[in-house]
Amino acid sequence: MAEQTTVRPTVRRSPLALAADRLADVAAATGGAVSIAEVPFLAQLNLRLDPKGPAADAAGKELGVALPTAAGVAARAGELTIAWLGPDEWLVIGPAGGEGDLEARLRSALGTGHPAVVDVSAQRTVLELSGPRVRDLLAFGCALDLHPRSFSEGACAQTRLAQAQVVLIARESGAFWVLVRSSFASYLADWLIDASVEFTGPQA
Amino acid sequence: MMLISCPWCGPREEAEFHYGGQAHVSYPEDPSALSDEEWARFLFYRDNPKGPFAERWNHSASCRRWFNVIRDTVTYEILAVYPVGTPKPVIA
Amino acid sequence: MSTQEFRTAQGGRIDRSRPIRFRFDGSDYTGYVGDTLASALLANGVIQTSTSIKFDRPRGIFAAGAEEPNALVQVEAPFPEPMLTATTVELYDGLVACGLGGQGRLSPEPDPARYDSVHVHCDVLVVGAGPAGLAAAAVAAETGARVIVVDERPEPGGSLLGTRETSVLEWATSVADRLRSNPEVKLLTRTTAFGYYDDNFVLAVERRTNHLGAAAPAHRSRERIWRIRARRVILATGAHERPLAFNGNDIPGVMLAGAARTYVNRYGVLPGRRAVVLTTNDSAYEAVFDLLDAGVEIAAVADLRTGGSPVWGPRCAERGVEVLAGYGVADVTGADRVSAVTLAGPDGSRDVAADLLLVSGGWNPVGALYSHAGGRLRFDTDLGSFVPDGCRQAVAVAGAAKGTFGLAGCLAEGAAAGREAVEAAGFTAPADTRLPAADEQPASPTAQVWVLPGDESRQYVDLQRDVTVAEIRRATGAGMRSVEHVKRYTTAGTAHDQGKTSGVLTSGVVAHLLGVDVGELGTTTFRPPYTPVSFAALAGRDRGMLYDPVRVTALHPWHEAAGALFENVGQWKRPWYYPRDGEDMHAAVLRECRAAREGVAMMDASTLGKIDVQGPDAAVLLDRLYTNMMSTLKVGSIRYGVMCRADGMVFDDGTVIRLAEDRFLVTTTTGGAAAVLEWMEDFLQTEWPDLRVHCTSVTEQWATVALVGPRSREVLATLAPTLAVDNASFPFMTWRDTEVAGIPTRVCRISFSGELAYELNVSWWDALALWQAVYDAGQPFGITTYGTETMHVLRAEKGFPIIGQDTDGTVTPQDLGMDWIVSKKKADFVGKRSFARADNHRPDRKQLVGLLPDDGTTLLPEGVHLVAAETVATGALPEPPVPMLGHVTSSYHSAALGRPFALALIRGGRGRIGERVYAPLGDALVPVTITSSVLYDPEGARRDG
Ligand SMILES: [Zn+2]
Repeated sequence: MAEQTTVRPTVRRSPLALAADRLADVAAATGGAVSIAEVPFLAQLNLRLDPKGPAADAAGKELGVALPTAAGVAARAGELTIAWLGPDEWLVIGPAGGEGDLEARLRSALGTGHPAVVDVSAQRTVLELSGPRVRDLLAFGCALDLHPRSFSEGACAQTRLAQAQVVLIARESGAFWVLVRSSFASYLADWLIDASVEFTGPQA
Repeated sequence: MMLISCPWCGPREEAEFHYGGQAHVSYPEDPSALSDEEWARFLFYRDNPKGPFAERWNHSASCRRWFNVIRDTVTYEILAVYPVGTPKPVIA
Repeated sequence: MSTQEFRTAQGGRIDRSRPIRFRFDGSDYTGYVGDTLASALLANGVIQTSTSIKFDRPRGIFAAGAEEPNALVQVEAPFPEPMLTATTVELYDGLVACGLGGQGRLSPEPDPARYDSVHVHCDVLVVGAGPAGLAAAAVAAETGARVIVVDERPEPGGSLLGTRETSVLEWATSVADRLRSNPEVKLLTRTTAFGYYDDNFVLAVERRTNHLGAAAPAHRSRERIWRIRARRVILATGAHERPLAFNGNDIPGVMLAGAARTYVNRYGVLPGRRAVVLTTNDSAYEAVFDLLDAGVEIAAVADLRTGGSPVWGPRCAERGVEVLAGYGVADVTGADRVSAVTLAGPDGSRDVAADLLLVSGGWNPVGALYSHAGGRLRFDTDLGSFVPDGCRQAVAVAGAAKGTFGLAGCLAEGAAAGREAVEAAGFTAPADTRLPAADEQPASPTAQVWVLPGDESRQYVDLQRDVTVAEIRRATGAGMRSVEHVKRYTTAGTAHDQGKTSGVLTSGVVAHLLGVDVGELGTTTFRPPYTPVSFAALAGRDRGMLYDPVRVTALHPWHEAAGALFENVGQWKRPWYYPRDGEDMHAAVLRECRAAREGVAMMDASTLGKIDVQGPDAAVLLDRLYTNMMSTLKVGSIRYGVMCRADGMVFDDGTVIRLAEDRFLVTTTTGGAAAVLEWMEDFLQTEWPDLRVHCTSVTEQWATVALVGPRSREVLATLAPTLAVDNASFPFMTWRDTEVAGIPTRVCRISFSGELAYELNVSWWDALALWQAVYDAGQPFGITTYGTETMHVLRAEKGFPIIGQDTDGTVTPQDLGMDWIVSKKKADFVGKRSFARADNHRPDRKQLVGLLPDDGTTLLPEGVHLVAAETVATGALPEPPVPMLGHVTSSYHSAALGRPFALALIRGGRGRIGERVYAPLGDALVPVTITSSVLYDPEGARRDG
């Protein structure tokens, strides 16, 4: 075995911890056109239940906002974001460290009707993209129409960004969350950094 | 690049979907009751029409729902999109 | 240095204050900003650019745009690029190029430029920024609709750029300015729409920095593919002039009349000094007057129409231009350049000295994109052209692309198309549209002529492919009646230019030779791309490290720092082996295997797919999908399972962990994760919607560390002091939730090696901390990290198959010797019915067995075939077809056995155990003996440590 040179982690590490500096450099390199940062360790729960059953109402009460039943909608309730993933599937995103409590609360609130609650906090990591050119940056790899007329704050979609599957959520102030599976996170970070090079010099 | 209208997510690029072959080929109620020939028909025989064809698609890159479409295999026009378990719409 | 002696004194859209130096075929020249390579060469008196590919004949600049068939060049500097047309290469300082005879050379150097693609959506896409396209865009953009206009030229204006229509061009410029300042509009110049696909999806390539040469900024992509999804499309792609077939029509100096006009008006270049004009229609007369005014002598106009042109005839007479009505060209004299033209007509023939022969055989509306979209074309006999005739997509055609050749008509038609499109997209168009006034000459009909009398072997139809009328006659003489067949037989229309000037002419010539109507004959099919697109542009950002996503585990940085070599498993990078100083793979893997069999070793197993299966009917679902029984599994226990497709063939395998009465965690193969989840959802959504089950992927939620070897229990005990690790308390195929090194961990007693082993599952976030803790705690025991190669050796020694390596979709569990995993009790499960098919009971089915090379040293290559002893009784392979018994699926050196071994699928293999068969390797026949697939610890004595 070669000598171990890495710092021994005694604490948990997010999927893009090692890319943090390179991501942070994007804002300066692009003159603020685009900023990219990982928002690590957010609580994420996958929720599956019948949208017409009592569990849906119970979930809405527990979370503080009705589960969005329209496709492509991400509801907000305080620090929680509830993104529509499918007709009976949602992703509940909350502050870091809250997954255990949130899972317990939901499980006890939902009761019968075979709802499924799965902790997927580490399954995907969250990238926050902001800046005036963020839509242009995403358009390099996303086939959805991201024009503010069709994808504005509160919109969400599962789709492909470059060659990775992502959950895209339009946040306040023109920012976006990109949720990417942890194994694809390095690839997507490399891709985003590469794509942002276009904004590092004078624009045509 | 075709646009396929997911009944849930709306029109998305073909690359977000997986093809599932001919629609309305149900898993037999009791496979053991079938003759070898009937079972082979279920396993291996599919239509290959020139024109409208009922087929299954899965929105694999997004909502993961299976649904049926009628697609013209000549023009690639999608003539109907309908849920699994509902009868095949009549295309004029 | 040449002096541009063919440059006019003034005029043109070039910038005479900005001279440019360039080199062509080894000579230095100057031109101006605004020139193309072709216009600059013509300004310097260079018309020949190359010789033809087949007959080595001199060929000259023939057109002024993308339709150019002759002037292919290779750019050498600043970056080499082959197969460009001189008529579309913008001149820049330092350009070095040379002429090409049909074939270019790819640069061996890596291309340093960036390429990208952009997805864009719009209400109206307008292709072509000529008069019709701009009129359409102006109307559409006023409504607030999202409008994209693409045009292949560096500036908008289209055909106007080649005329003296200054007032309309001023209007065009002001429209372009308005479009540019509209935030909802993109006006993309230097952008060619090259493909029109389903559902109004149009691909265009923008050449963003090519024209800047070495001054191109490095951050900007050189070329960009625009992936445009439009609600409505307006094609205003104009028309290409077409040539005629006559003797000597390929000699440099023969040029399309409209091209000559463009060189004079747009570039201030005289393509020659003294011209003869040959025409079937009125448009060539515009060229006559533009050239005349620029100082070119017009020696004669041969108008193939017996009545000539009623409109233009008198005007020519006024200017002293001789028009010969009913005349054509009988021959052209000249080696490297036209020196004289022989005209022939009702009153005989005569030779006319000239250095230029301008030709107009009529105009072809550019219908390529319309055809890509599925549009039909029909032949308009009045126009003598194929025009659009209906399309199922939401597309309209306007202007010359529709066969409307007058300027006023183009403007009006464009505006109407813009209005219609934008209203169809849900916007309200302005009440009235202001269009500039445009003169329109009444045009007299075009003569329907394709071929002039002469020597067919000297009459060229496709200049780039050197296809003559004689060759087309050979094709029709051989019985071909379809223009598609003639195209493939003669190669007409298959060159770089894809028949832009030759395609319709080929149809015309075939029709002429067969005596049929060209409209009924039709054209060949247009297919994308309209013009060549570089592979670099198509690849965009998906190259190098970004070519395909690289999936990594949470432990990847550790593996890299440890010097692991990696293996690609699907998109995953997995450690292959960890060489120590000086070790080759063989030595490293033997060492890693020994550690796992004799001490303790650890591996990153995080790539296994993981699916959470939850709900009251979870066990029912698993019973129906796995071949064995899962509902009887106790909470706290683990069972290995195999899934088959309905045809009974093994599809995936893995372990099933029962977390609760109504909750399981299913693992899949590394490559099978997505397919298994889709398979489960398929049944739940379509066949068994009554089952109350939900499946969720948790592949990356968990990281998995395999801790393997007889001393693994000791390592685990030091890290998990509260866990009872003895065999009775923690038996094989059970799991426990505990803390390992203080980290919440699910420990599973699973073995993929036959040794005492554990799989430690933690959150992705905790993986590195856990791995490091295990590594540290294992040091006193000599813990060794191992990769996929060692994993494969260990599992193969035990005869554990890898789905997808030892199976190929034609292998049943019984073929693998795994009858024990096929439930006899369950009424049904997916695949069960197929096991009763006669074919699955053939005694000669291929079965998984082990192989030992008799010499104890030969490592059989995976994939090598095996033959029976009687097949090679003569000591050599018989003549093909050689009867094959099967093939090697896995092959390794075994540290435990001290020799190489293999797994193989062999016909009736289990009945052949002990038999000697042969593996042909090169010229040798390697004797091998068939064994059981389990070669190590067949009693399973090592599993409990
Ligand atoms: Zn969908």
